[in-house]
Amino acid sequence: MKNLATILAEGDAMRASAHYVLHLYIAGSTPNSVRALANVRQICEEWLDGRYDLEVLDIAQNPALAAPARILAAPTLIRLAPLPIRCFIGDMSRRDSMLVSLGLRPLVAWSA
Amino acid sequence: MATIKLKVADEKPPSLPKAPTGIVGLDEITAGGLPAGRPTLIAGSAGCGKTMLAMEFLVRGATEFSEPGVFMMFEENADELIANVRSLGFDLDDLVTRKMIALDHVHIERSDIEETGAYDLEGLFIRLGHAIDSIGAKRLVLDTVEALFAGLPNEAILRSELRRLFRWLKDRGITAIITGEKGDGTAITRHGLEEYVADCVIVLDQRVRDQISTRRLRVLKYRGTAHGTNEYPFMIGTSGFSVLPVTSLQLDHRVSQQRVSTGVQRLDEMLGGQGVFRGSSVLISGSPGTGKSSIAAKFLETACQRGDRAAYFAYEESKAQIVRNMRSIGIDLEPWIDKGLLEIHASRPTHLGHEQHLVVMHDLVRVFKPAVVAVDPISNLFMAHDDAEVKPTLMRLIDWLKTEQITAVLTSLTSGGASPSELDDPLVGVSSLMDTWLLLRNSEIAGERNRTIFVRKSRGMAHSNQVREFVLSDKGIDLVDVYVGRDRVLTGSARMAQEAQERAAATLHAQDHERKLRLLASKRKAIEAQIAVLRAEAEADEAELDFIVAEQTLQNTIENRDNADIIRRRVGIARMNAIATGNP
Repeated sequence: MKNLATILAEGDAMRASAHYVLHLYIAGSTPNSVRALANVRQICEEWLDGRYDLEVLDIAQNPALAAPARILAAPTLIRLAPLPIRCFIGDMSRRDSMLVSLGLRPLVAWSA
Repeated sequence: MATIKLKVADEKPPSLPKAPTGIVGLDEITAGGLPAGRPTLIAGSAGCGKTMLAMEFLVRGATEFSEPGVFMMFEENADELIANVRSLGFDLDDLVTRKMIALDHVHIERSDIEETGAYDLEGLFIRLGHAIDSIGAKRLVLDTVEALFAGLPNEAILRSELRRLFRWLKDRGITAIITGEKGDGTAITRHGLEEYVADCVIVLDQRVRDQISTRRLRVLKYRGTAHGTNEYPFMIGTSGFSVLPVTSLQLDHRVSQQRVSTGVQRLDEMLGGQGVFRGSSVLISGSPGTGKSSIAAKFLETACQRGDRAAYFAYEESKAQIVRNMRSIGIDLEPWIDKGLLEIHASRPTHLGHEQHLVVMHDLVRVFKPAVVAVDPISNLFMAHDDAEVKPTLMRLIDWLKTEQITAVLTSLTSGGASPSELDDPLVGVSSLMDTWLLLRNSEIAGERNRTIFVRKSRGMAHSNQVREFVLSDKGIDLVDVYVGRDRVLTGSARMAQEAQERAAATLHAQDHERKLRLLASKRKAIEAQIAVLRAEAEADEAELDFIVAEQTLQNTIENRDNADIIRRRVGIARMNAIATGNP
């Protein structure tokens, strides 16, 4: 019987090797959008070396994209893979909590 | 007050353009519609019809005023909404295909969203802008934007974004409806949306009273426009939203000189010989079983016979029951129903609030366009309601029927009793609204009950002051004169008995008279006979007298002659001569 810590650790390990699909919706070149894009790029380069697809979608240019993607706030980052889908709004400046939520860093360091 | 309101409405200041809603009654209250190019807040508790009102605003805007609209929903999804408004007869699918309406469901799941720093709601703006541009929308509904408060973690950002949103909508000249959930206590909305929407606030309310719910609408605020400030009942019916404006605000309806028959000839005679004026209102009040419904039904039948349409709102009997029962007094309603001239709408008074009954009537009359309407009995409709509530409602009904030139027959059930006073009538307070008031009474004399009728009032015509007996038979309704005399009013068999008695008495009297005459005649004859006898006697006496006189004369003559002889003999001739010459 696996204990909870093991399960969580396996999940972390799985995500550590998973392929990430990220969509970043920005609204033109507002300061928030510019910051968000920079922050997401940085995270990807530092934590997802080579195992990610980042698509940047400008809803100011392409308004039709907003509704199907259920975009309300800008900027919005959607993690489409690995599942579950997760949604982040803001300029992605809260790096630590983002890394945890994206599954790139464990919430707690589990000792096995 | 009413006139002032209306004048303002008529002038329609050009500075404040209005976007007509096309919703029955609402445009009347708001003097033309919602403020064009500005947001309007519609607040109300759950289930009171905010979404329906907003949806109808869009649909009518698209179909009647060629103003396409965007419906942005935050709670229901598009399929649910389409299904919901289909019950009002709106085909959203079709309107969406024809690019007259755009639907956008804003789905927010707070648990899905993680805040990671500064953001704004540009996504919402872009979606809105896109939806508006895609169909050239002039109208917009946000239903209900308050869901954002639950969905987004940062209220400060949300509030500033809402402020920006409403400014943005104004800049774009979009006529918008923003719905909001009613707040606790005096708050209009739970999240204070009214602080952003300053131009027009409409409050919807659903109240339950005596287990009957009534929906009401009130224009709380309408900047730059005079508006009705009262609460107006409304209903969501099969043809959409209906608001019933209280008393059509004006008192200047056209009047007709045309008279319509009540169907009872002698009743027409009592009403100046021609019946009531077209478009007037007739109140028939009376205790149970006095024949109110029968008169009402006769009135309707007569209307149908004239070729008019008639509507019968029955709150006591079912349609089939009315048809059967009226047939028993020679009123056959069925052919008129078949011909489509008569519409009987029967429902329980408690089925709806009285104001909503009014809305139902309103809807039916608007569609059916009858010339005569009967409400039987109107008192049931207002049973167990405060007078203060009933009067305005009734005023609305009567005013409106008058404006529409519809002749109204309203029956009112008074509390029992042999001869109830007029004050027992629950509608005495509204009788001033009625043009004609017929009072039916039961009179109980000598072990039987009879109906009497009289005209309590009838404006604008000479009307009878007489009490008539009202007779229902299989031949129909008829009025007969009551027996009036010797300080008594008799009806029914008492009247007949009295009449028979009087006839007998009269005959007897006549016979007596003849007898007396005969008696006198014979007495006279007797006297005459007596006179004849006496006269004969007198004649006989007279003859006797003559005879005696003659006899006496004869005797005197004889005596004189005798005397002369004696003298001659005694005195001789000389003496005789002297005597003869007068010189003795």
